[in-house]
Amino acid sequence: MGDNGVAGAESIPQSKVVVYCGVCSLPPEYCEFGGTTKKCEEWLKKHHPSLHGELYSEAAIEANLSTLSLDAQKRAEKDAQKKAAKAATAEAKEVEKKAAAKVYIKRVERNKRKYVTAVAGLEEHGLELKKVAKDLGKKFATGSSVTKMAAGGEEITVQGDLTEGLLEYIVKTYKGVPEDNIECIDESKKKKAAAAAAAIAATEAGLQGR
Amino acid sequence: MFKKEIPPGTKSKVKSSVQRGIRSKAIETYPLLEPYMDEIMPKKEQLDMIKLPDRVTLYALSASPVVPLFWQHMDDPLIPHLRLVHRFPDCFHRIRIDRGAIRFVLSGAALMTPGATSPGGRLPEADGNGEEDYRYGTEELAPGTVVVVEAEGKENACMVGQLKVGTKEMKATKKGAAVEAGHYLGDGLWNLHLD
Repeated sequence: MGDNGVAGAESIPQSKVVVYCGVCSLPPEYCEFGGTTKKCEEWLKKHHPSLHGELYSEAAIEANLSTLSLDAQKRAEKDAQKKAAKAATAEAKEVEKKAAAKVYIKRVERNKRKYVTAVAGLEEHGLELKKVAKDLGKKFATGSSVTKMAAGGEEITVQGDLTEGLLEYIVKTYKGVPEDNIECIDESKKKKAAAAAAAIAATEAGLQGR
Repeated sequence: MFKKEIPPGTKSKVKSSVQRGIRSKAIETYPLLEPYMDEIMPKKEQLDMIKLPDRVTLYALSASPVVPLFWQHMDDPLIPHLRLVHRFPDCFHRIRIDRGAIRFVLSGAALMTPGATSPGGRLPEADGNGEEDYRYGTEELAPGTVVVVEAEGKENACMVGQLKVGTKEMKATKKGAAVEAGHYLGDGLWNLHLD
């Protein structure tokens, strides 16, 4: 390469600042290859209107097309369409998954009258468990950690019975998690309820037996 | 090389002596970076080393947000991350590909020679590429040189990697892969979450 760099002649070293698209993270001039072109264009229009004018002007688009042969153009077009379709389905899936993803808040009995509260499923909503765990620990002034579940995956374990507090806190601070998707489970109660149901059934059976 | 998404690997701090080594190595490989080195890698800043799959190591500046700088496969030369290339585009060997090749590169294909030898592409020419394209240099590049691949009609680079064949050979044969296993826009390394 040698001594052909213009920047090398400058006295003050300075880095170039490149704008990156907020949708596909590429430099905006490459958005057209990403599959989410429409969204990228909208984003750019909103955040960098001048750049948008430059990149999406009719002249620019025409210049882009004129450098390719007709045949290649057609192929590129097809490819772009395929990519766009793929991106669209992937996104739809993601949304669906997110809507279906439940967050479970579980109270687990540790030792008579001592409880820990386990929160599972937050990672589906794009939260980072480690950070959330730390925040929870700070907020409730207790121990809080990310633990591995027996079934695979990870959950946050907070010391103490904080079912209600957690529910409120999560809904309030992490707006991405819809309240309807949060489910509180009380494990010990469930056991008791099950036991009670079993007992009732047993007595009923006994009564019938008589 | 980074076609698949990369799971964030273990991050560890780099010893300052090793950090100095990386710094001098980077300057050795990319002499033009020297005046900018203090901006890229301030002496006081902590470097992070992140292990990636396939024995690739990524060096990043431990600020917030983390700034990825160079990656290295085993003991191959340090290769700049594209975000660094975008900041200092004039400090590396460059070639240019035509417009038709962009979409293949961005979907992870190896860069094939015709993309660079066609009218839209640029390679270093002994008699220069003309006023406008002086930046592609005049010296032929040897195989193994780290090149930044720019694209016709685009301002920023789209790929960076090691040349598989020299530019002289490329011009002679006009066939085969030119850059394999590079780092391109939108690949796993580009999309890697670092904090």
